[in-house]
Amino acid sequence: MNRADAIPQPVSPVSLWQSLQHLLLSAPRSVRPIGAFAIVLAVWQGAAWLGLFSTQSFPSPLACVSGMREVILDGRLVDYSIASLFRVTVGWYLAVLVAIPLGLLLGWHPVLHDALNPFLQFLRPISPLAWIPVAMLWFGIGDRPAIFLIFLASFFPLAVATASAVTNIKKLYLRAATNIGLKGFRLIVRVVLPATLPSIIVSLRISAGIAWLVVVAAEMIAVKSGLGFLIIDSRNALRMDLVIVGMVAIGAIGIVLDKGIRRLETLPNMRWAIGKQ
Amino acid sequence: MESSSATLVTAAGNAVNEAPAQTGGVTKIRVERLGKSFIERRKRPRRAEDPGPGQEVKILDAIDLDIKEGEFIMLVGHSGCGKSTLLNCIAGFERPSSGRVLIDGVPVASPSPKRMFLFQENALFPWLTVAENIEMGIEAAAPEDRKPAEEYLQLVGLEKFGDYYPHQISGGMGRLAELARTLAMNPDVLFMDEPFAALDFMTRCLMREEMLNLMALMRKTILFITHDLDEAVQLADRIVILSDRPARIQRIFELPFPHPRDITAGDIGRIRKQAYLEMGVNPII
Ligand SMILES: Nc1ncnc2c1ncn2[C@@H]1O[C@H](COP(=O)(O)OP(=O)(O)OP(=O)(O)O)[C@@H](O)[C@H]1O
Ligand SMILES: [Mg+2]
Repeated sequence: MNRADAIPQPVSPVSLWQSLQHLLLSAPRSVRPIGAFAIVLAVWQGAAWLGLFSTQSFPSPLACVSGMREVILDGRLVDYSIASLFRVTVGWYLAVLVAIPLGLLLGWHPVLHDALNPFLQFLRPISPLAWIPVAMLWFGIGDRPAIFLIFLASFFPLAVATASAVTNIKKLYLRAATNIGLKGFRLIVRVVLPATLPSIIVSLRISAGIAWLVVVAAEMIAVKSGLGFLIIDSRNALRMDLVIVGMVAIGAIGIVLDKGIRRLETLPNMRWAIGKQ
Repeated sequence: MESSSATLVTAAGNAVNEAPAQTGGVTKIRVERLGKSFIERRKRPRRAEDPGPGQEVKILDAIDLDIKEGEFIMLVGHSGCGKSTLLNCIAGFERPSSGRVLIDGVPVASPSPKRMFLFQENALFPWLTVAENIEMGIEAAAPEDRKPAEEYLQLVGLEKFGDYYPHQISGGMGRLAELARTLAMNPDVLFMDEPFAALDFMTRCLMREEMLNLMALMRKTILFITHDLDEAVQLADRIVILSDRPARIQRIFELPFPHPRDITAGDIGRIRKQAYLEMGVNPII
């Protein structure tokens, strides 16, 4: 309790600042990010009103809101979001299906690991964007090159992270498992997979983030739908408000995707690993 | 061989009574001239007399030991003398450099579910609940040995904690849960490498009691490493003291006394005092 609440005092700048501080600290934590958003928007809108920058090249928040109304009403925002999400989902799922079993295998087999891991490490730092010409040459235009790029972008981090998670399993668990008599496939399913799952989920999260980054870049080139296309198309039409609407939608969907995967980390048989990473 | 067989004689000479009543006299584990060397990888040797990098360091030097069925052996020795190495070789987790280990007359080639190892650290699988962990042991047991998990939970007094995850229970409960998982597999032999070392003193004393109760219920052959001489005197049928590196058997104390034991009185008290002195510690200060 702040004493300023109890005893009425003449309002001075100092006590005003104090009570503001008190208000900030006593508000629930979830208010903090909303407050930050609100301040950024207010400053942005204020600067636009004062004419501090040309609203032609950088529209005000209110202009963006009306732009958003427009793309919501004509259905483009929803259609394009679905188009982008579809590409991400397909590409990312394909990567998960291939990369995780491959990573488990590489982590488990020393010979395969020695042979293939340097190759993976070599391909991994090549930006997915560098693959764009290859993707277009192989797959033409449309969904397929975009999906291929997303697949590549998610595949390498997933495979490398899974393999290293397997090589980093606590030896104690493997010893206990062999002592119990687990071998081969049962050992993988009952011990190796659950022991690595927490790190795999972290890399799922990271790769989903990368996939979302890449889909937008891919859509700027090869397709006629999606949020990336919205941005590039609106820029060509000099509709900067819609460019910003596209960016906002990308950010918002990115947060939702990340939150969704984060939910997995709090499953009861996953909590043991929290705080270890 | 010379030195260890000589100490065996003195140890036998020290024996106060006839062999413990519980042991059937059948040899369960025979350790024959077991030796183990490692290649030194440290750039700078730990001790002045240690060989340089790349050279062999002898850890175990021709250890001979016969363990009877149902016997409770305590291995004691200074830190780093090679107790864990010896136990790992006997259990089949490590290959000896020389000599061999026979269990039931068969040379040990690899770990087996018939011989369970309890490590110093808790090896419960953290992604499974306590009951699921025990379930895993039950699945690995022979079909005729299988009993419901609740029975094992009851055996160690954890019936209320079956649905808890390992990180949600205390260290002592974790040890008991792991012991339950181990017993669920109905092994003949238990290897325990300082299983209670990480627990506080009180909990450790409770664990001793728990061990005694369990051993009365199901007599197993047990090899147990400890630094706690009181624990050794309280529980063991024989205490085997290993010398510093390279480890040989320095001395064996026989403890053919029934439980419960007062470890400070009578013959037991005398042996306890001798064991302390053997380790270079004065029990009366
Ligand atoms: N894999 C290895 N490679 C090289 N040296 C090793 C290896 N394992 C153990 N050693 C050495 O062997 C010696 C004995 O180790 P060990 O773990 O058996 O000792 P210990 O008696 O169990 O000690 P503590 O009581 O501290 O557990 C140590 O000096 C250790 O450095
Ligand atoms: Mg040890």
